[in-house]
Amino acid sequence: MKGSSQTKQSDREITISLQNVTISYGNSEAVRNIYCDIPRGKVTALIGPSGCGKSTILRSLNRMNDLIQGCSLTGRVLFEGADIYDPKVDPVEVRRRIGMVFQQPNPFPKSIYENIAFGARINGYTGNLDELVETSLKKAAVWDECKDKLNESGCSLSGGQQQRLCIARTIAIQPDVILMDEPCSALDPISTLKIEETMHELKKNFTIIIVTHNMQQALRVSDMTAFYNAEKLETGSGGKVGYLVEFNKTDKIFNSPTQKATQDYISGKFG
Amino acid sequence: MTQTKTTSHITKSDLAYDPGLNRNIFNNILTFTTAIFSFVSVLPLILVLSYVLIKGGSQINLSLITQLPEPPGDDLVSAGGIGNAILGTFIVTTIASIIAIPMGVGGGIYLAEYSNGGWFSRFIRFGTNVLSGVPSIIAGVCVYGVIVSTKIIFGANFSGIAGGIALSILMLPTVIKTTDEGLKLVSDDLRKGALGVGASKFITISRITLPTAFTPIATGIVLAIARAAGETAPLIFTALFSFYWPSGSQALFNPIASLSVLIYNFALEPYEAQNQLAWAASFVLVMLILLTNLFSRWLRNFTSINKS
Amino acid sequence: MTSGAEISYKQRRRPLTERLLDTGFKNLSVAMASMVAIILFGILIVVFWGSIESMGRYGLKFLITSDWNPVTDNYGAFTAIYGTIISSISSLIIAVPLGVGTAIFITENIIPEKISNLIGMMVELLAAIPSVVLGLWAIFVMEPFLRPFLTFLYKTLNWIPFLSTEPVGPAMAPAIIILVVMILPIITAISRDSLNQVPIQLREAAYGIGATRWSTILHVIVPAAISGIAGGVLLALGRAMGETMAVTMIIGNSNNFNWSILAPGNTIAAMLANQFGEADGSQVSSLMYAAFILMILTLGVNIFAQWMVRKLSLKY
Repeated sequence: MKGSSQTKQSDREITISLQNVTISYGNSEAVRNIYCDIPRGKVTALIGPSGCGKSTILRSLNRMNDLIQGCSLTGRVLFEGADIYDPKVDPVEVRRRIGMVFQQPNPFPKSIYENIAFGARINGYTGNLDELVETSLKKAAVWDECKDKLNESGCSLSGGQQQRLCIARTIAIQPDVILMDEPCSALDPISTLKIEETMHELKKNFTIIIVTHNMQQALRVSDMTAFYNAEKLETGSGGKVGYLVEFNKTDKIFNSPTQKATQDYISGKFG
Repeated sequence: MTQTKTTSHITKSDLAYDPGLNRNIFNNILTFTTAIFSFVSVLPLILVLSYVLIKGGSQINLSLITQLPEPPGDDLVSAGGIGNAILGTFIVTTIASIIAIPMGVGGGIYLAEYSNGGWFSRFIRFGTNVLSGVPSIIAGVCVYGVIVSTKIIFGANFSGIAGGIALSILMLPTVIKTTDEGLKLVSDDLRKGALGVGASKFITISRITLPTAFTPIATGIVLAIARAAGETAPLIFTALFSFYWPSGSQALFNPIASLSVLIYNFALEPYEAQNQLAWAASFVLVMLILLTNLFSRWLRNFTSINKS
Repeated sequence: MTSGAEISYKQRRRPLTERLLDTGFKNLSVAMASMVAIILFGILIVVFWGSIESMGRYGLKFLITSDWNPVTDNYGAFTAIYGTIISSISSLIIAVPLGVGTAIFITENIIPEKISNLIGMMVELLAAIPSVVLGLWAIFVMEPFLRPFLTFLYKTLNWIPFLSTEPVGPAMAPAIIILVVMILPIITAISRDSLNQVPIQLREAAYGIGATRWSTILHVIVPAAISGIAGGVLLALGRAMGETMAVTMIIGNSNNFNWSILAPGNTIAAMLANQFGEADGSQVSSLMYAAFILMILTLGVNIFAQWMVRKLSLKY
């Protein structure tokens, strides 16, 4: 691994690879012709102005877009070399390896303990559940707040605690990759800081891909950054289509971007 | 405004309420009229309930609810009891529930969780609304035509099974709508959360969304059962009536009594004793239905307070 | 890094049973949903099939002749069709002002919330009273109570064809009144929901420019809620046409046509309830034909109601 060049990563380091991916809602394209190789064991941030399709891209990585009516994808999304959009692939299997944390904290209306145990059980966990609940909550840095009320409803926690519970729930199923869709946008600054600290811990064990509209957050947590932009569709219908402008190490993107659009965006000229 | 002032001074009397103004008279007349209308609207409930309570409630005793009714005749002091009709109502309603609840919940799950807004689901939603508007007597006529006259179910003619099937046709749209609407109240975030930890659709529905929507669905189903228990039209030529206890292995394949058909038959008899029994049966039926209604209201309010 | 996880997660690869359960459950729910369509078409086919013989014999003449005679085996359903239409329309004319008025009274802050909730609950409970109990009440309480008034109407206004017979017992008029009782809850409940859904801003806007309570209600709120109210009225019409038990018990079940609402009459539903059990031969087919007409009438009204609610509801 050490021998690989700076610009081109070897295949062994890539966990998810998007190859000429175009995603459409009905007849209108949302993102177009994306090529992107996401490295293993790193935090990758997807940034860009609203409407550039960064959340759409994220949701396509564990086939959450299947839930949206009329959403279709062309191109290939390779996870560890296997195309997850192959007709033979079961999306449920994909999601067991690529977990997801959502914008709104969404604990199940069950106890805190059950929130963690639910995912583990349906994944056929055979180990000690109590232990798993404790380690997951600890990894998500919410154990101290929860340890005395594991039997209370997950909804009784504060927003930031709920979000960390949702992270713990995802950690518990031991996915290879964790997707985070603007996980802090519904939270206050202090909770945000805690979640960012959690992410630093998590990247030792997991590949994390995070969508954020907050550039400071991308700078703070990520190793790699992909900048997406949107352009008006040629049809003149007013619709926009997103595309990948630049993908590189985070410090490169923020300090010496190669594209002018990236420069303009991170310096706050638009978006 | 009717009083226009040329000066900008506003004295106390300008702002005072003047009942003599046209607009105030108009307002009061309309308010009074709707008050009368509201009174008229609640009057039937009060009158019907009090007659049922007085004429029916006064006859209630243990033998009435445990004995069999006597066949009509003018030499009777008493027309007997309504025991078999109470039991029959329970049996027929249970049969209807066994058919309609799984089917309706399943259909509701399809509409709320699986359907994609395509022509099929739109058609099913539309069909559910249309089916709920089909007159109940027509459900009875059809079950008579398909099941009773053909003796298709083990050679049974008029039977409790046929009555239950007819009632289930009436329950089905209500159960579907209740389930559909109950599930739609569940936040999509929960579904995404479950799928995000690798749950299959079946597990998401059975372990997360259905339990979350349990109270509204259960409330609606309880109301649908109460409604079915009072239905008469689908039963008069499917379950028919019987003066005997349902008994033995053939109980469900023979004509069976029910409270509602007893009321219908005995109300139209020329004999006072039978008419009295109809009132007593009305009391029992109305009490069963009202208590179920109040219970489901309490259930709904109780849980909604707890949640907020 | 997956190796450790794979040990404790045996079902990381989903077992076949779980997969089968997943698809099986989906197919089951589709099958359950399809039952609605099957039942609906089944009802239409059964009723149509049963009425073919009578349709062939009488054709459209069935709709306009009022001779219904099982002895001579000659059937025409005009009496029942007339009864169905006149009873449902008349009851609607009485119930709409009552129901909408009640809905306004309990939604527009005229009285304390506790009382309006109580009124609302009582009207809803009225809907829970079984039709057959209302019929019983109509026979033994309401009709005897109404008869002096109806007799008075007859004596003073008997030059009007609709009031030209002397009231002697079960008749069209008490059936209309009991139908009013039965459809009142529907109209009230749906009007109440529609009025409650009118955005509060509209109300505030009207009050803000100095409108009185009733000019706000009549010019702003009711027009905004009209789609729901109209849909509710149509649903009530459909219900009134198909309502069976209470009507059968009080309408008199006469096969002879009479213009007067003080005379015994019939409706299609009442005729079915009353004769279907004992009918045989071509009477069954004629009853099925009548049932088919009732089915078409109620389907038409219900579909129109659904269409109207969807069409008008985008207004505000």
